[in-house]
Amino acid sequence: MGNFLPAAPAEREAQYAALGLSGPADLYRDVPEAVRLDGPLDLPAPKSELEVRRSMEALAGQNVRFSTILRGAGAYDHYIPAAVSRIAAKEEFVTAYTPYQAEISQGVLQSIFEFQTMICELTGLDAANASVYDGASAAAEAVAMCRDRKRTKAVVSGAAHPDVIATIQTYCFGSGMEVVLAPAREGRTDLTGLLDDGVACVYVQQPNFYGLLEDGAALADQAHAAGAKLIAGVNPATLGVLEAPGAWGADIAVGEGQPLGLPLSWGGPYLGFMAASQPLMRKLPGRIVGQTADAQGRRAFVLTMQAREQHIRREKASSNVCSNEALCALTASVYLSLMGPAGLMQVGEQCYAKAHYLADELCKLQGVKLRYPGPFFHEFVTDLPDPTDVLAGLEAKGILGGFPLKGGLLWCVTEKQTREELDRTVAIVKEVLGIWN
Amino acid sequence: MELIFERSRPGRGSQILPPPDVPAAPIPAEHARKRAPRLPEIGESDLSRHYQALARRAFGVCDGFYPLGSCTMKYNPKLGEEMAALPGFTGIHPLQPAHTVKGCQLAMAQTEYALSRITGMDRFTLQPAAGAHGEFTGLLLIKAWHRSRGDEGRTVILVPDSAHGTNPASAAMAGFTVKNIPSTAEGLVDLEALRAACGPDTAGLMLTNPNTVGLFERDILEITKIVHDAGGLVYYDGANLNAIMGVARPGDMGFDVCHLNLHKTFATPHGGGGPGSGPVGCKEFLAPFLPGSALGGNGGEQSIGQVRAFHANFLVVVRALAYLMTLGNSGPAEAARGAVLNANYLKKKLEEAGYRSAFPGLCMHEFVLTLEGLKKEAGVSALDVAKAMLDAGIHPPTMYFPLIVHEALMFEPTETEAPETLDRAAEVLSEILRRAHEDPESLHAAPVSTVIGRPDETAAARHPVVRYVFPEG
Repeated sequence: MGNFLPAAPAEREAQYAALGLSGPADLYRDVPEAVRLDGPLDLPAPKSELEVRRSMEALAGQNVRFSTILRGAGAYDHYIPAAVSRIAAKEEFVTAYTPYQAEISQGVLQSIFEFQTMICELTGLDAANASVYDGASAAAEAVAMCRDRKRTKAVVSGAAHPDVIATIQTYCFGSGMEVVLAPAREGRTDLTGLLDDGVACVYVQQPNFYGLLEDGAALADQAHAAGAKLIAGVNPATLGVLEAPGAWGADIAVGEGQPLGLPLSWGGPYLGFMAASQPLMRKLPGRIVGQTADAQGRRAFVLTMQAREQHIRREKASSNVCSNEALCALTASVYLSLMGPAGLMQVGEQCYAKAHYLADELCKLQGVKLRYPGPFFHEFVTDLPDPTDVLAGLEAKGILGGFPLKGGLLWCVTEKQTREELDRTVAIVKEVLGIWN
Repeated sequence: MELIFERSRPGRGSQILPPPDVPAAPIPAEHARKRAPRLPEIGESDLSRHYQALARRAFGVCDGFYPLGSCTMKYNPKLGEEMAALPGFTGIHPLQPAHTVKGCQLAMAQTEYALSRITGMDRFTLQPAAGAHGEFTGLLLIKAWHRSRGDEGRTVILVPDSAHGTNPASAAMAGFTVKNIPSTAEGLVDLEALRAACGPDTAGLMLTNPNTVGLFERDILEITKIVHDAGGLVYYDGANLNAIMGVARPGDMGFDVCHLNLHKTFATPHGGGGPGSGPVGCKEFLAPFLPGSALGGNGGEQSIGQVRAFHANFLVVVRALAYLMTLGNSGPAEAARGAVLNANYLKKKLEEAGYRSAFPGLCMHEFVLTLEGLKKEAGVSALDVAKAMLDAGIHPPTMYFPLIVHEALMFEPTETEAPETLDRAAEVLSEILRRAHEDPESLHAAPVSTVIGRPDETAAARHPVVRYVFPEG
């Protein structure tokens, strides 16, 4: 019970006998007595499948599921078409290892090649890798790509996601790069006076943490004028309608792929994607799939440019990345293929329109106003008198309100929410703020 | 087969979303995209068949024996998949208020507790998304600890020459210099070389135990003492924990910090390369340095920060927890014994068939063959043998690793294989050995039954084509 051994006890006895061993103790002769455990672990007894199911379902039942989610801040509640989860659940994809053996792994390799192509198309850049852990670690890996002997500073936008900033800082604590935080002025990145010839790269997020659209081209020009690379952190769900980062000057684009068909899942597993311009291609970390042919000239896909990687280069590798998020990348590919260019454009347009609808309606209430001027995408910050009460009022009706920031809320609307849900939200906010309205 | 882009036809697609129910709002012109991304335009039926065709060209644990050394390709219980798909887990936003995510927090706490019991560590973080990510995190704990004591000169991480490539790569990313420790002829850490390498610059030692040649470092208590006496800490790479879980604990061997691979030892699937999960455990004195999350709850004042957004690869943790509940208190040792038994059983069969082990005697959960002799005698390499296995429907073992063994093939059968599967693998490999002597050419040509033959990897690397090139350029 409780171990998934297929062999019956008698069959295992026969295996021991074939080895001339009397039993399990003989297997561990090299383990010193002093460190050998002499009994079962201090854990509950093994459970049957039905008992495990009950326990896990009880855990899931202790969470509150909101019927309407108006919170983003790095994780987005988009509609996931049925085909996406069904196709991504195919056992051959789920239970395969990294495709080391190309001849029996063409399916996984081709799916990654297709993913890389889609990421190049979305970002307007030349080469993409097979994925890394998430958007935050992708940003940190991108910063490391830009370092050279003379340039060891990274300028990071203070209007980027706080988890991304913190992750870049942690990676730089490791590598010894210096991180300079660019202040956010009226919610947008201000690079004034920060760029010198020690700066390797500038990291900006588009749309930024507050949902605002940055003047990407101007930021890229400033970075390039100082000889630094521009890294763009982008939300891929916006790229059906927003200009590709490669087109406004980004040398590297990274981001969180979760909006492309991955459930919220309390934060993971998600999908870090990375794309770069041609000159930086060989600095990309992690797996990259390339096209080649076999001896008969048949098209074939392989893991390539492995001279960058840890199993070949060891301490001189461009990164230590080994496992990535291949199944999440496959999920995103299925999503993008199903939606197509028209569908992704609809997602972008509806996110934009619905977020602006909610913002307009909320701002009709007394005491509620947008915190920052200028264009935003599908997130926005409102100042309002009692964020805590507002959130409590919404929660009572099954609505997860905006993410609380000091004195305000960071709202998010996607294509998934209906006008009726948004109207109901506004009505509840109005009721909570009753003394004002 | 066709790429999905080659199946694309203009105007095709699916209607997934309803028309907008709010007034249209134009995207500001200066931000609007000028040229649409060339995503596939394909109907759902063709899309479905495309991925079915790709699935047929993939090979998972569901397809057959997968003795890939150091990767622990054990069976992935179906229950884990169903539990990870529960809406009460998948539908939870990572920034929901604490009182609405009690189930998630409890799942994390139960997993951390079980892993602490299994490893003998005091505290865990589930933040790292993979083994190498865990190594990086653990090494930053070591770095932060030395710094907190004003011990700035400890810049060297010691790594055995048999180590996984991620070990030195992670050490370099964490800002350390790497010093290699040679192995003895027996395949174990050379204690004299370790003593000589230890000094005031030693930050720590990274070690896998059992090591990558499948041997338990029987001098482990001496090894950890040497490093501690020199003022360093000892890091346990949990890639090979499957051999000893429930039998012996890294925390009792003198290790200070460790990572585990939930996607190896704890039966969560590999997904064709990920997602994995690489929890890091440590002794109490390192706990103040554990990561936190800027938005999801900060670490302490001395925290190293964070290594990814939010909390964890949570659904991977859910799968592992279902497995941990199944194992309970006695299952870990039963699984480990099964893994070691199967490895020794297959090793003996292959030795009887005429293969040569790199290291004789009993192994742990994996073992390494050297085909150096066969290469010299018959001109047949480890690669040839591996490729011939493909024609028999068996995933080859890890090739050319560890680096200290020439023409290495590293087998890890795991506990979830029945004896007849091992018997058949031994027969297949026996037959390949016969062909190596009688008809070596046929092995150079292998595989012949797969959808492609051996691909030209040199050309792929020299002239990289890493994306589809559309006909119109």
